[in-house]
Amino acid sequence: MANERFDAIVIGAGPAGSAAAYTMAKAGLNVVLIERGEFPGAKNIFGGVIYRKQLEEIIPEFWKEAPLERQIVEQRLWLLGDQSVVTFGHRNEAFKEPANCWTGLRVKFDQWFAGKAEQAGSLNIYETVVTELLREGNKVVGVRTDREEGDLYANVVVVADGVNSLLGKSLGVHREWKPDEVSLAVKEVIAMPKEKILDRFNLEDNEGVTIEFVGQTGGMAGLGFLYTNQDTLSFGVGVMVSDLKRTHVKPYELLESVKQHPMLKRVLQGGETKEYSGHLIPEGGYHSIPPLSGDGWLICGDAAQLVNFVHREGTNLAMTSGRFAAEAIIEAHAAGNFSRAGLMGYDRRVQGSFVHKDLKKYRGMHAMMRDVDPGLLFDKLPRAVNEAAYQMLLIDGVSKAEKQRMAIRGLTGVAGGTMNLVKLGIKGWRAING
Amino acid sequence: MHIVVCIKQVPDSREIRIDPVTNTLVRQGVPAIVNYYDLHGLEEALRFKDEMGARVTVVSMGPPSAEKALRQCISMGADEAVLVSDRGFAGADTLATSYVIAMTVQKVAAEMEPVDIVFCGKQTLDGDTGQVGPGVACRLDYEQMTYVEKVVELNEGERTVTVHRHLEDGVEVVKTKLPVLITVLTELNKPRRASLPGVLRAAKYKPIVWSTNDFPDLDRSKIGLKGSPTIVSKTWVPEPRKVNTEMIAADGVEALSAALIDKLWNTDLPTRLGWS
Ligand SMILES: Cc1cc2nc3c(=O)[nH]c(=O)nc-3n(C[C@H](O)[C@H](O)[C@H](O)COP(=O)(O)OP(=O)(O)OC[C@H]3O[C@@H](n4cnc5c(N)ncnc54)[C@H](O)[C@@H]3O)c2cc1C
Repeated sequence: MANERFDAIVIGAGPAGSAAAYTMAKAGLNVVLIERGEFPGAKNIFGGVIYRKQLEEIIPEFWKEAPLERQIVEQRLWLLGDQSVVTFGHRNEAFKEPANCWTGLRVKFDQWFAGKAEQAGSLNIYETVVTELLREGNKVVGVRTDREEGDLYANVVVVADGVNSLLGKSLGVHREWKPDEVSLAVKEVIAMPKEKILDRFNLEDNEGVTIEFVGQTGGMAGLGFLYTNQDTLSFGVGVMVSDLKRTHVKPYELLESVKQHPMLKRVLQGGETKEYSGHLIPEGGYHSIPPLSGDGWLICGDAAQLVNFVHREGTNLAMTSGRFAAEAIIEAHAAGNFSRAGLMGYDRRVQGSFVHKDLKKYRGMHAMMRDVDPGLLFDKLPRAVNEAAYQMLLIDGVSKAEKQRMAIRGLTGVAGGTMNLVKLGIKGWRAING
Repeated sequence: MHIVVCIKQVPDSREIRIDPVTNTLVRQGVPAIVNYYDLHGLEEALRFKDEMGARVTVVSMGPPSAEKALRQCISMGADEAVLVSDRGFAGADTLATSYVIAMTVQKVAAEMEPVDIVFCGKQTLDGDTGQVGPGVACRLDYEQMTYVEKVVELNEGERTVTVHRHLEDGVEVVKTKLPVLITVLTELNKPRRASLPGVLRAAKYKPIVWSTNDFPDLDRSKIGLKGSPTIVSKTWVPEPRKVNTEMIAADGVEALSAALIDKLWNTDLPTRLGWS
């Protein structure tokens, strides 16, 4: 007995898949959402910042019901020296009511979001892995799952299976990633009494803070993060896979060593590690984005490499691309045309939006990171900035003019001369300004 | 052939913790699963469905959230699922529970088709009593076979069933007449993974829900907290034994042994052993 036929099949109940399923189900399409986890979010991790704007466009006032942790009122950037830190930060009351962004935990958030799709009429099935896309000629006509009698047919398939998209690869659009196009992040969720969190991070009630830190990653290109949740902290580091390969450092060793830094040790003290996990992040940027659609299929979110790693934005690009895919399918459904031409509304929407524009702006970033010694950017420079700050603030009888010379010498020294420092500045500027 | 399988949704005991301060189960965040003994009962019933076209009905008494457990049974292949749910049933011990389940099986038999076999798990993961199955059998006046590890033969013509009961001192081979209530062990079989059509059906399925009002003959003094004479007078977590430990160090095994003996000699141990 053949299974019933659907208007659309969505693969993966992450932010991209749930956004697509929700939008289509709400428009009355007959949708099935397939997730391999025991429930959505069971094994998904991220740092954890969820942005308001893009989810609001899908579910207005979602923050009144979604399981969110803390509204972020302050974002800090820490440049770490061996036993010191130089801090940049911005705190603003305007980031409240409603917030600009919140911290969240995927275990809860993904369940909620997929549940919204289910309420809207999507048929959600879990613990089911899509093993293959079914095709007739060039056209995708359905999916094969790992269950018995597991073939399912639909007019269109939305591929939202995340960073390592095996199905994207099977379409031939998603080539095998290279070690310098992905980073590996490891993360711990650390339990800590609420009062301690409020005290330690200077917060009240539902307020939260995010801290990103640079330096102390053993000269590898990467970033650490520390985010406040209700009664846990999300703490992790992510570094380029190519650097891990080069240095033979194991990710959890890196996490352990970063934890020993005096500044981090202080804020983590008394916490109890509850969870440990690792995940890849696409860092290939603009040039690694595959074709977004074809006959009978579309690809969204991480599977399409839609991550703005400079600003740690991923979920919002995933949700927006999922929504765009759904809107294009709704049009294709009305026109009865699910060919590549019929689905072009998706590519058009992505191209006209912040998703494409932001990724394009940073398109030089990847090449720059490849050209510049990561040890310089992620180790020597943060150290030199700390040393300069230390010297400027230390009262030891050395004249201020001499101190200034020392600071400048320190900075140009690590870059290999003034010219190189200027060049680095220009490269950096170009990378972030297209 | 109509088979009823009784199931209960329980907290996954592999993930349960006890709050050291309040001494109560920490249920928050503990996933709810189908009591896994019950799944083996369901699997056996489904094998008879596959072999001889038996009809399989799953019943459960529990809160509305137990719907999820029933849907899992539907995904595996059960035909219908009945959830008996009402505030009036809440707080039941094994006596009240077996009363309500027996009433439910009777209602299922009357409204759907006479019942030939009832499967229950040997016990639940959260209660561990193993009393509900036998309690239901008594009230229904069915034969009862507990601790069954194998169903050797189900003879539709003769209306008999032959099973292996796993007892402490051996295996008992018993043949009895239908209708029968069987409580099962995990050795019985390996529960199947649901097929895709099963999962799709389950995703859409709404179980039949019966409340107290659906049982006209219900004796309200026998249900819920009122019908439950069991009293839990006290629960506690055994105190972790406090032991004083001391590190001793010395160079080499002999010196270490000597240091250890010296230490021991200076305790009250030699006196207690009557050595000095
Ligand atoms: C450490 C870390 C920190 C991050 N921090 C942030 C942050 O703070 N803010 C932010 O916005 N973004 C952040 N990101 C990025 C963000 O997590 C991703 O961009 C986002 O989750 C992408 O969503 P998605 O739906 O495309 O993919 P995923 O969230 O990866 O979802 C894919 C889903 O598909 C399922 N799946 C995969 N294959 C199959 C299959 N064959 N069959 C069935 N199901 C399948 C998976 O189980 C999963 O549920 C971070 C990422 C990491 C790793």
